[in-house]
Amino acid sequence: MLGPMFERGHRLRGRDFPAPSETRNIDVAIIGGGVGGISAAWKLARSGFHDFRLFELEDEVGGNARAGQNAVSAYPWGAHYLPLPGQAARAVREMLVDAQVLLDASDATVPRYDERYLCFAPQERLYRNGVWQEGLLPRTGISKRDQTQYQGFFQYIAELKQARGRDGRRAFDIPMALSSRDADFLALDRLSMKAFLLRQGWDSEPLHWYVNYACRDDYGSDYAEVSAWAGLHYFASRDGRAQDAESDQVLTWPEGNAWLVRKMREGFIQQIETGALVFRVEQGRGHVDIDVLQVAQNRSVRWRAKQAIFAAPAFVLAHVLANPAAEIQAAARAIQYAPWLVANLSLRALPEERSGAPLAWDNVLYDSSALGYVVATHQNLRTYTGPTVLTYYWALSNEAPKAARERLWNTPWSGWAEQILRDLERPHPDIRRQVERLDIFRWAHAMARPQPGFLTSAVRQQLGQLSARLHFAHADASGFSLLEEANYCGVAAAEQVLRALKLRFASSI
Amino acid sequence: MNIALLASVFIIASCGLIYELIAGALSSYLLGDSVTQFSTVIGVYLFAMGVGSYLSRFVVKGVVARFIQIELLVGLIGGLSALLLFLVFAYLAAPFKLVLYGQVLAVGILVGLEIPLVMRILKQHYEFKDLVSQVLTFDYLGALAVSLAFPLILVPRLGLTHTGLVFGLLNALVAAWALWLFRKELGGLRWLQAQCASVILVLGLMLVFANRLTNHAEESLYADEVIYRETTPYQRIVLTRWKDDLRLFLNHNLQFSSRDEYRYHEALVHPGLQAVPGARRVLVLGGGDGLAVREVLKYESVEAVTLVDLDARMTTLFAQNPMLRALNKEALRSPKLKIVNDDAFLWLERDQQYYDFVVVDFPDPTNFALGKLYSSAFYRLLERRLTARGLAVIQATSPLYARQSYWCIVNTIQSTGLKTTPYHALVPSFGEWGYVIASRQTYAPPTQYLPGLRFVSSELTPALFRFPSDMGPVTTQVNRLNNQALVHYYEAEWQHQAP
Repeated sequence: MLGPMFERGHRLRGRDFPAPSETRNIDVAIIGGGVGGISAAWKLARSGFHDFRLFELEDEVGGNARAGQNAVSAYPWGAHYLPLPGQAARAVREMLVDAQVLLDASDATVPRYDERYLCFAPQERLYRNGVWQEGLLPRTGISKRDQTQYQGFFQYIAELKQARGRDGRRAFDIPMALSSRDADFLALDRLSMKAFLLRQGWDSEPLHWYVNYACRDDYGSDYAEVSAWAGLHYFASRDGRAQDAESDQVLTWPEGNAWLVRKMREGFIQQIETGALVFRVEQGRGHVDIDVLQVAQNRSVRWRAKQAIFAAPAFVLAHVLANPAAEIQAAARAIQYAPWLVANLSLRALPEERSGAPLAWDNVLYDSSALGYVVATHQNLRTYTGPTVLTYYWALSNEAPKAARERLWNTPWSGWAEQILRDLERPHPDIRRQVERLDIFRWAHAMARPQPGFLTSAVRQQLGQLSARLHFAHADASGFSLLEEANYCGVAAAEQVLRALKLRFASSI
Repeated sequence: MNIALLASVFIIASCGLIYELIAGALSSYLLGDSVTQFSTVIGVYLFAMGVGSYLSRFVVKGVVARFIQIELLVGLIGGLSALLLFLVFAYLAAPFKLVLYGQVLAVGILVGLEIPLVMRILKQHYEFKDLVSQVLTFDYLGALAVSLAFPLILVPRLGLTHTGLVFGLLNALVAAWALWLFRKELGGLRWLQAQCASVILVLGLMLVFANRLTNHAEESLYADEVIYRETTPYQRIVLTRWKDDLRLFLNHNLQFSSRDEYRYHEALVHPGLQAVPGARRVLVLGGGDGLAVREVLKYESVEAVTLVDLDARMTTLFAQNPMLRALNKEALRSPKLKIVNDDAFLWLERDQQYYDFVVVDFPDPTNFALGKLYSSAFYRLLERRLTARGLAVIQATSPLYARQSYWCIVNTIQSTGLKTTPYHALVPSFGEWGYVIASRQTYAPPTQYLPGLRFVSSELTPALFRFPSDMGPVTTQVNRLNNQALVHYYEAEWQHQAP
């Protein structure tokens, strides 16, 4: 049973930290080494600026994009793919060029990608009524009425993809900050995705399942609790294209997005300090003081920085900020976090299959409260697949986050393992015989939940403008946890820092 | 006694339905079209039960003894039904339906006799209204139990053959039980006991040996005598022989027949290798049978051959077995040869050597795993390993039976910047077969060949490169790792070809 070092994080509640034994100076401090912090550091390093230090509480960076490894394969512990980025996700594209994933200029309209990283076919399948079908949208045994509603829904989405607001911006764009602020679209934030479907007259059961699955998968929440704006953003924002690939294809690696984090951090490995708990951030005159506990030595250091980037989740902010303004505290508390569970199952061999479509990269079960599994060895060029690793995802979205979080902590390994195996046993009767090892990672605060009203709330505005020297760079500022959003927040914060330090740089946003 | 008899009604009903389900399931598996199979089997079976009910009036004397004998007979016929049908299907394809319906008819008639006889036996113990109610209740309950157990427990756990045998034994045990219950009223007890014991013995033995028998039946799917079989971690290897014809099957797919494999392998190697005079280094991917290597070694200029085949059992077998060594002319024991047992794609990615000639002889792209070996990514790696004048030949399934698949392979190779020269040859065991030469420079067919070839010649060469219009070029998608277009074409086309 694995998970974030919660006893480290929870020390923030107690506040019994050794007093800093020395004070050091640095130009820029980055607090948090998830994709937001790593992207900020990447942008600084890429602009030729290296006088910064990144503090990460855990023993390795990556945040939700971390991975494990065994004799068979690397496997993700969280985020595991990246949809083809559109034109607006400029920083993401530049990062992909650096990583030699995108093989043309970063602003190419239809760029080429290294085919090793485009998800191999077949990409997805769905287990429903005892049979696997290709793709995630239920197709077999679907009534005329369902089909008509599918058509209506996808027609609507296709129009929304092209739609622009009165401000000339795309209705939904990614990064979301570039989306239109037109009131017509913002109004969608006032109702839930479920209410939106019903308002449109769409009540098809499989359509509702499909939309709900998307919300559970991307936002860790039931669609009845997701803002319709966020729900539609999932479907209508992505306009990435690629040569020789359909636009709905994704980029993926055995270890998931940890692969990208590893590539990004190559330029600043020396500046990363792990096992470093930032327990106090105080803004002084012309500087920010950051008190860091070196967990292994139980010794604190005060770093005096000219500029600081806060790239940890917003709920941490209220704990570490000295004398936080009431609005900041309120903002940090207003965000609800979805708890997740991720399990990696090491198998001796591929499990027995029911009939229908063959094993895909992403394998989803219709009648399941979990999200299905991805196959870590899918991007392997090997012809014969022997042992493999399945990564099983479960957003605990069918109860309130607090209750789910308690269940997450109180259920023992054996309880979770049994539920997971019982779920997988339906499509794979011999799964218990094939499992050699089952590791579970508990994410108590996996991601912010974009509830109705999140978009227009004051909370996000507060986070966006902490102060002239302290910049918020976590995907919580977007309201939903996507690599593109974290990357945008991180790069935007880095550019504010570079601007404040009066350094020249080429903007990536 | 009453409870005992009603329990036996329950068992009888379940057994009766099981045989019907087995017949339906088995004919659906073997003949396809499950709707037709199930409805004809059910129809015949219900009709036969009606016949049985009608015939029950002619059983006048010794009702209990007849009931016991009918039970034994149902147990025997029904119990052996799955096994029998498997064997019939494997050995004699034609009368399968005759045996199927004959057996459904027989079991149906016997089961139809059972219930009326049970009712007559029980009528001394019940009033008529209770009798009908009790017997039919247990009859239908048995049907429910078994129809749920059949798909959920029996078929997945036991399989069809064993399920049949187990229920046959249950029938026989009901007979034995009835024999014991009525032991005082029955005449000819010894004779009935002997019948009972022999049926139980036969079914019991079958239960023990069923595995061996069905294996045997599976082997009989091959027309000829199986002389070697092995399941390696990667595949099932089967060698058959009939007179002088030796055949290799991998996962039940024919790889070669010794009668005409020279056509396949001469056409695979010589048009390409002959066009690279003085070729020294050769790579063979797939082809662990050593037959392509045999052709390659005919060239004196060849100094080194690397053979990459995933399955070490394959290359060992073809290097050691005397019959196979004779066939590949000891090719796998040549000092010029280096055998590598590795995954071809991964190996090629690591390899640093350059080759004058490469033979790519993989199994057809029947699934997504094999489809990777025909992808643009694979051919890009291949291209990097060719010397400037080097060329590769790729086996590319049949341009006649799988025209889109064939041209998809050609177009995929072309998409990587290599020049392609498609050609084909007739190999009777396979039919019209396709190959592609991939090269950096424009390929020109040779005008002369080595002496001693039986198929390829300078006269034949122009015909190899001419494509009649029924297998001429078609536009297709390029087969990429992220679309696996080829596997989709291949599935659609070969399914269409199946009888």
